[in-house]
Amino acid sequence: MRAFTRIAAWCYALAVYGFIFLPVVVLVLFSLQSTSFPIPPFTGPSLRWYQAVLSDTRLTSALVNSLLVASISSAAAVTLGFLSAWGFARFHLPGSALLRGLITLPLTVSYLIIGMGLLVLFNSASVPKSLLAAGIGHVVINLPLCFAIIYSQMGDHQINIERAARDLGAPEWKVLLLITVPVMAPAIFAAFFLSMTFSWDEFVISFLLTRFDTTLPVEIWNLLRSGLNPKTNAVGSLVFAVSIVLVVFFELTLLRRKPA
Amino acid sequence: MSTPLVDIRDVSHRFGQHSVLKNVSLTIEPGSYTILLGPSGSGKTTLLSILGGFVSPSEGKVFIRGQDCTFVPPARRPTTTVFQDYALFPHMSVGANVGFGLRMRGVDGATRAAKVREALALVGLAAAFDKKPHQLSGGQRQRVALARALVVEPAVLLLDEPLGALDLKLRRQMQDELKAIQKRVGTAFVHVTHDQEEAMALADHCVVMNDGRIEDEGPPERVYARPATRFSATFMGESTILAGTVTEAKNGTIAVATSAGAVSLPGALQQGTTVALAIRPEHLVLGAASGAVALGQATIGDVVFQGSFKRVLATSALDPALQFIAKAPASAKVRAGDTIAVSCDASDIILLAN
Repeated sequence: MRAFTRIAAWCYALAVYGFIFLPVVVLVLFSLQSTSFPIPPFTGPSLRWYQAVLSDTRLTSALVNSLLVASISSAAAVTLGFLSAWGFARFHLPGSALLRGLITLPLTVSYLIIGMGLLVLFNSASVPKSLLAAGIGHVVINLPLCFAIIYSQMGDHQINIERAARDLGAPEWKVLLLITVPVMAPAIFAAFFLSMTFSWDEFVISFLLTRFDTTLPVEIWNLLRSGLNPKTNAVGSLVFAVSIVLVVFFELTLLRRKPA
Repeated sequence: MSTPLVDIRDVSHRFGQHSVLKNVSLTIEPGSYTILLGPSGSGKTTLLSILGGFVSPSEGKVFIRGQDCTFVPPARRPTTTVFQDYALFPHMSVGANVGFGLRMRGVDGATRAAKVREALALVGLAAAFDKKPHQLSGGQRQRVALARALVVEPAVLLLDEPLGALDLKLRRQMQDELKAIQKRVGTAFVHVTHDQEEAMALADHCVVMNDGRIEDEGPPERVYARPATRFSATFMGESTILAGTVTEAKNGTIAVATSAGAVSLPGALQQGTTVALAIRPEHLVLGAASGAVALGQATIGDVVFQGSFKRVLATSALDPALQFIAKAPASAKVRAGDTIAVSCDASDIILLAN
């Protein structure tokens, strides 16, 4: 009986992880195909499609664009999120709970709605479609996330540390820069990497707000319109690999706590 | 007379509707060790925060070295604080922690390092320069916090229950060291505590606070021997309190009728005044009435052996509401349930006006 439940548990775990990871495994596997169609039988392994991706300037420049948009928009989202978290945690504000709710609200709104809203807004403000516009969109979706992560880690035990720094003669900006930011570094980096992951993968907003220069997910979508081939698998695998690296950084910075 | 180092004038403070300090005035002399002693909620920590600049008083003024510092932020006052939780910077080495204040004052690296080493040597932690705070024990962190606050040479060092987080043995040891360090550097220390033993051991000037007011202040010997109020008689050490009324007053002697009998003692109060008489446990004599003032018979309720003495609680036979607190020699043969005579000397009775 016990053996049976054990086997059942294993089967269940296999089914769950298979359900989650099988599509990715198939994607990666057929990116190594040596023939021209990503369908069985497997004919690889071969790196020819990766070579094709890296020699395609549209894809590589989209990759660079994506990295730029992800890192710059995440830096902006983290900075703004950190400052607002610090403000909410350290100062008594009227309607604090309501304002905190409002700042995290975009987390619950679909990217499509946010993207459409921004499109309409940028149109009427005659801001052209560009990577900058997409970057601003990514700040909008990632700021609430950065705020929530950093605010949750900003405890009362740091108040006295900041007071001590002030007591020893530090002006406010030095308190923030030399004390609060380093003490909060794990949460700040975690927010940064998670925000980069989301920006890196984001399609809808980038699709709506960019035109000629665009990000990698939009470029992949363009590629897909001409049908499946192992090149789309290869570029998809690259996107996935970068996401994995970012998530691992996120987990490491958030989970590895220094002893108090 | 020179101006005092710190002059707190008529300071009151309210948190919303709640009044935590009520018209407090206090002066602090250079080089003194002042203890603010009181139960929680007495306003002692608020007073310290007002001195440090973390709280601006609702009313009143604070002068430090003759300058009005009432609304000067902490960064720009000549005070530093040792926080109860030490508040060390966890991401910096001990050396960087101690050197932080000097760095903010623009002192160059080499001078800074030399001064930091000197300050660490002063607190007996010369070897900890490169360590991180989390590698140190509680007592060592306490010393780092002390060195960090002292190295910038403040006019006044403020200590917020600095020994509260340490165990009893370490607390007594750190207490002796604090006193020695204070004598060596000569900086005025203001130290908040609710531990009366700590207060008596450390203070040059002891300030007893209760309910937002200063009840009594002076050298600890005086505050203990002749407390000014009923509160300080019971908070700074224990006392037996006898309530009574003056029945006769002449030639500098008054007779007071109490529930334990008539007591006559030196004093100049009007007939009919209600008073409280306080007697320290070590001044109550149990058994064969050798004291000049007889306080009737009492039934012993509880005897607690405390090593060098026995703490005895006894209920008066004349007034069941009256409880005597006495200190008997360790060898005394007293047992719960015994009835015994209680007496004392008139000169040991502390007269407290109600």
